[in-house]
Amino acid sequence: MKIIEITNLTKVYSENGNEVVAVNNVNLDFEQGEFTAVVGPSGSGKTTFLNMVGGIDNPTEGQILVDKVNICSLKSSELIDFRMNNIGFVFQAYNLIPVLTAKENVEFIMFLQNKPKAERAKRSAELLNAVGLSDRMNSRPSKLSGGQQQRVAVARALASRPKFILADEPTANLDSKSAETLLDIMEKLNREENITFIFSTHDPRVVNKARRVITLVDGQVAKDERNN
Amino acid sequence: MLSLCWKNIWRNKTRSLVIIFAIVFGVIGGVGFSAFYNGMIYQRLDAAIGNEVSNIQIHNPHFLENKEINDTIANMASILPILQNNKQIKAFSYRIKTFSMVNSANSSNGLLLLGIDAEKEKKVTGIYQYVKQGHYLDSCKKNSILIGQKLAEKLKIKLRSKVVVTLQSSSGNIASAAFKVAGIYNTGNTSFDERMAYVKYDDLAEIVGFNPGMAHEIAITVTDNKLTDTVTDKLKTKLAGYSVKSWKEIMPELGLMTDSGQYMLLIYMTIIFLALSFGIINTMLMAVLDRIREIGMLMAIGMNKLRVFIMITLETILLMFTGSFIGLILSYILVEILKKTGIDLTAFASGMADMGFSAIVYPFIEPNAYIQIVVLVIITGILSSIIPARKALRLNPSEAIRTQ
Repeated sequence: MKIIEITNLTKVYSENGNEVVAVNNVNLDFEQGEFTAVVGPSGSGKTTFLNMVGGIDNPTEGQILVDKVNICSLKSSELIDFRMNNIGFVFQAYNLIPVLTAKENVEFIMFLQNKPKAERAKRSAELLNAVGLSDRMNSRPSKLSGGQQQRVAVARALASRPKFILADEPTANLDSKSAETLLDIMEKLNREENITFIFSTHDPRVVNKARRVITLVDGQVAKDERNN
Repeated sequence: MLSLCWKNIWRNKTRSLVIIFAIVFGVIGGVGFSAFYNGMIYQRLDAAIGNEVSNIQIHNPHFLENKEINDTIANMASILPILQNNKQIKAFSYRIKTFSMVNSANSSNGLLLLGIDAEKEKKVTGIYQYVKQGHYLDSCKKNSILIGQKLAEKLKIKLRSKVVVTLQSSSGNIASAAFKVAGIYNTGNTSFDERMAYVKYDDLAEIVGFNPGMAHEIAITVTDNKLTDTVTDKLKTKLAGYSVKSWKEIMPELGLMTDSGQYMLLIYMTIIFLALSFGIINTMLMAVLDRIREIGMLMAIGMNKLRVFIMITLETILLMFTGSFIGLILSYILVEILKKTGIDLTAFASGMADMGFSAIVYPFIEPNAYIQIVVLVIITGILSSIIPARKALRLNPSEAIRTQ
C-alpha cells in the first residue's frame, strides 16, 4: 500500500541572488513498511527532500501525497496538525527537551495530541521499554549517552502513532556500538510493527540494513535500488 | 505545559534570578513608597478631621466668605434636633470662631480663637489629648485659654501666664479680655499650634456679646468617615439655606491627596513594571534565542503557534509572578512591621511639621492594592512576552532545527 506519492518534486533556493536547485523533479513512491535509506554526497538535497516529505519545508513545484492527502496544499496550521498526527521525526542532534525526563519527552507529543494522562504514561513506558530504556525513564537527557538519547528520540517519534518516520542522519553523532543498537531497534520495529522508516544518511551501516536505497545526486534520483 | 514552563525558567538560573530580584525590589519599592505616602496622607487627614475640621461643618453661608463676627448660624434651636436624631452622627459641637490678636508682655501674634463647649468638643475633636502642660478647658476657671506650644514659644509665655486677647465684638467695637494660660498643647503640626487657641464658649460669648446658643460653626463627627458624604448630602437637603460642607469641601487639598493616594500605587507600579519589562523582554529574548533549535523541533513535531505563544507568555508571567509574589510577601511583612514601629522622620520633623505632617509616619496599604499589583503583573507579563513570542513564532522549523 502506497503511503507516500511524490510527483515532480522541485525545490529552488535563492542564494546571494543565484538560484540553487536543491531538489530537481523527483518522482518517488513509498510503500507501507519500507525501510529506506536516502543517500548521496553532501549538498545532494537529502535533507531538503526529507524536510519537504515531512512537511516542514515547502516545495517550489510538485506535490506530495501522504495517504492521499496533498500536504503541499494544506494551510500552515493544518500542516502542523498533520505532522503531529502522521509523521514522526528523528533528528541528527537528538533534539530532546533538556528539562524533561526521557518519559516526559516521549509523552510530550501525546500531550500535544491531547491524549489522556493515563494513556500517555502507558504508551511512553511501552515505547521506552521497546527501545531498551525502561530503567532510564526518569533520567534527563543530560544523564543519558548519545545512543540512549537517540533511542528516546525514536520512542518519541513513535509516540504519536505516525504513518511513517523520517530520520535525518540518526547515527551521525553516535559511536559504532550505539549506532548498531539503534539500527537494530529500528529494524526490529520495522519488521515486527510494520513501521515505515525513511533515513537520510551517509552511514554505510544504515545503507547495509536498508531494504531500499535511493541515491540523490544534484537533487535528482540517480539510483533507486531494493535489497530484499 | 505549566510544569514545562516552570522548568524552562530555571534553565539559566543566574539570568532568571537577576530579573526575579529586580522584580522583588521593584515591588517592595513601589508598595513601600505607596504605603509611606498613604500613611503620611491619612495621618494628616486623621489629624485634620480629629483636631480641627471634624467630618462636617455647618455655617451661615456668608461666614465662610466674609468671616464677619455677626454671620452666626440662624435659628440654632431648629438645627440641633435634626443633628441629635441622625444616628449616623456620633457627636457635634458648636463654636464661636473669631480672628483675634493675642498679646503677651513680650510679643503679639494673630490667631484664630475658638470658643468651645469643652465637654461637647471633646467628643468631636481630640485636641484635649495633645495637652502637654496644664489642663484642658473642662476643668478650668473662667477666662482660661488653651494655646499651642509654638504660640507659647513665640509669645514667650508659660503655663499660668496672662495674655490679652483683642477682637471685634458683635457691636463692631474692639473688645479686649485677659486670659490665663490653663494649658499648652502640641499636636506636632506647628502651623496649627501657632494659629489656634481655645477658650470656653461662655467666656467668648460674653466678650463678643452673643446670646447663649449663638455660634459661627457646628462641627459634626460621624460614626464612620465613609459615611461623611452620605450624611453631608442628607443635611444639605434638610438644612437648605445653611452652608453644610464635608471635610473634603472645607479642605479640598486633603481630599485630593487622599483620592490621589489610591492611584499613586498604580502609577508607581506601572512605571516600575514598565522599566522592568525591558529587562524581562531581554531575558525572554535570550531564552528564546538559546532555544531556537528546540523550538524549531517542537514546531516540527506538531506544536502549533498558539501553543508556542502560550509557552513563551506563561514563562514570562511565571517569571514575573515569582518575583512579584516574593516581593509582595516581603512588602506585606515590611508594611506590617512599619505599621507598628512607624518611620521616624525626626531629622526632617521641622519641615514635616510646618506642612502639617507628623514626624513619625505609620505606613499602611489597602488589601486590594495587592490584587491590583497581581493584575498589573499579569498584564505586564503578557505585554512583555509579545516580542520574544513573536521572535519564536517567526522561526522556520526546517532552518531552526539546523541551528547550532
